[in-house]
Amino acid sequence: MFSKENLDTLDGLRVRYPVGKPLVLPALWLAQRQFGWISPEVMKYVAGLLDLPVSHVYGVVTFYTMFNTKPVGKYHLQVCTNVSCLLRGGDRLLDHACGRLNIGKGETTTDNRFTITEVECLGSCGTAPAVQVNDDYHENLSVERLDALLNDLR
Amino acid sequence: MEAFTEKLILPDIPDLHRIDVYEKHGGYAALRKALAMKPEEVTEEVKKSNLRGRGGACFPTGLKWTFMPKQTDKQKYLCANGDESEPGTFKDRQIFESNPHLFIEGAIITAYAMGINVVYTYIRGEYARWIEMLQKAVDDAYAKGYIGENILGSSFTTQLYLHRGAGAYICGEESALMNSLEGDRGYPRVKPPFPAQNGLWGCPTTINNIETIANIPVIISRGWEWFSKIGEPKQPGTILYGISGHVNKPGVYELPSGTLLTDLIYKHAGGVPGNKKIKAVIPGGSSTKWIRGEQIEGVKMDAESLKAVGTAIGTAGVIVMDEDTDLVSVILRITRFYHHESCGQFTPCREGCGWMEKILKRFQAGEAAPSDLDLLLDVANNIEGNTICALGDAAAWPVQSFIKLFRDELEKKVRGSKPDAAWVPPPHLVSSKP
Ligand SMILES: Cc1cc2nc3c(=O)[nH]c(=O)nc-3n(C[C@H](O)[C@H](O)[C@H](O)COP(=O)(O)O)c2cc1C
Ligand code: SF4
Ligand code: FES
Repeated sequence: MFSKENLDTLDGLRVRYPVGKPLVLPALWLAQRQFGWISPEVMKYVAGLLDLPVSHVYGVVTFYTMFNTKPVGKYHLQVCTNVSCLLRGGDRLLDHACGRLNIGKGETTTDNRFTITEVECLGSCGTAPAVQVNDDYHENLSVERLDALLNDLR
Repeated sequence: MEAFTEKLILPDIPDLHRIDVYEKHGGYAALRKALAMKPEEVTEEVKKSNLRGRGGACFPTGLKWTFMPKQTDKQKYLCANGDESEPGTFKDRQIFESNPHLFIEGAIITAYAMGINVVYTYIRGEYARWIEMLQKAVDDAYAKGYIGENILGSSFTTQLYLHRGAGAYICGEESALMNSLEGDRGYPRVKPPFPAQNGLWGCPTTINNIETIANIPVIISRGWEWFSKIGEPKQPGTILYGISGHVNKPGVYELPSGTLLTDLIYKHAGGVPGNKKIKAVIPGGSSTKWIRGEQIEGVKMDAESLKAVGTAIGTAGVIVMDEDTDLVSVILRITRFYHHESCGQFTPCREGCGWMEKILKRFQAGEAAPSDLDLLLDVANNIEGNTICALGDAAAWPVQSFIKLFRDELEKKVRGSKPDAAWVPPPHLVSSKP
């Protein structure tokens, strides 16, 4: 299931740890990059690869917020509404994005382009409000700048 | 005395993140110097410098290092804590971005001092781009022989690996971090045993914050005596203050410990937009107790001074709220965060955070009963001190201080409310430790 490249990457990481279990996060990251989300099949596959019970992998996947347990759109908008962003309009950005894309929090547009998730502090409080799109941060946003960003992402 | 203005951790040097630039400005000289010392001497230097951890708990760094066993057959580990998820905190990311080699150099010296051969740097999953930046720096440092086998021709060998988290505030708590690194869910462990005896895979482990580690090369190259005189003697050195919220120039400011809070806000961060008054300040990340706007005059930003006004330096993440802020919505948002991030292992924290959120929501909706005020305080008081890790306290402290300082804000939202008869105080809240 993993690409040759991902298998090699994972193998290369083995020397870093005295046992195999710590590879579960790196493996899940590789999986999410390759498949976009962590399906039950992917959990089984990763469990097999690392010789771990599927229940363990499931427990890990569901503990962390960044693993998508259902498919997400091409652009995953992760909008921070925590304290520093709230003070600078992060909640309005969230409402605006939902309104404009006509979806609720945690939902994906029918064309599978956008998913919106409300997230906790991104560590961008000094450049608030912030939105993470896939791996990239967009900071010091306003409703206008968010609109411009959404236009670019279309 | 002259005010100390030098920036030690984030100096204004263009392209300092590049290894050649870092070397040109004296980089990795501290490592060379440390390798010529005995490991105990390095630890002693750090101990005498009075450096205190920058991860939130302010623990004396050198002392922490002495807890590691000298004679042991087991592997020893260093975990550099780059989970940085406390709302209001965004300083370690600046080190990864602007001065990653200072951190790397510090990590190698730290490992040398404790005879550690494997360093893991745990970084929050959201920082994907910063992990790439740091990885580049680590690769360059390996290529130059600053990490790896027989560092700079010495007999000391250590590896440094980055480990990416995946979204969980609790993984910044040191024992949760170790569980997460081991490939388990990030549940905090019951202490004792402490990490220095029983850490990663049951082996001696030390956990230090990124900024703490970045101070080590400075102490080694300039000496403990010089360092210990910067700022407030009980917590010397510069601090990366992060300031956010209602200020004109939010950001990270490196200034000596003990800098006046008002200087930070008005001199450095450009004051409050529209020259509005300040209603409240959170001094050290979302888990620290609040300060009323009228009380910030004369308050200094260091552990002792903030303790004197009933709060703590925490992560030195200052959050400013102007006079127009709906404070109840802020405390509600913070409480919702802790409820969301509670690992859920134990009742007082998991349920207590949920109750606090529920009660605050009633205030926000104008539906709270007058008795809800005491109930809220009761819940907070029963969480504090009754939990396995400090997340419970972190959730309780802001609420406790809010009720003390801003009772009026809550009372305003009670008025005209319909009494809430359906809600009965949870009986097992008074239960003792989990
Ligand atoms: C809920 C919780 C979250 C924490 N998050 C972090 C964090 O993100 N980064 C950090 O360095 N320390 C964090 N800490 C503190 C660590 O447990 C630990 O004290 C610290 O990393 C030690 O480093 P220091 O001695 O250099 O400060 C957290 C503690 C708690 C209770
Ligand atoms: S205090 Fe909360 S987060 Fe910490 S171990 Fe207990 S339940 Fe988990
Ligand atoms: S509160 Fe939004 S990035 Fe910190």
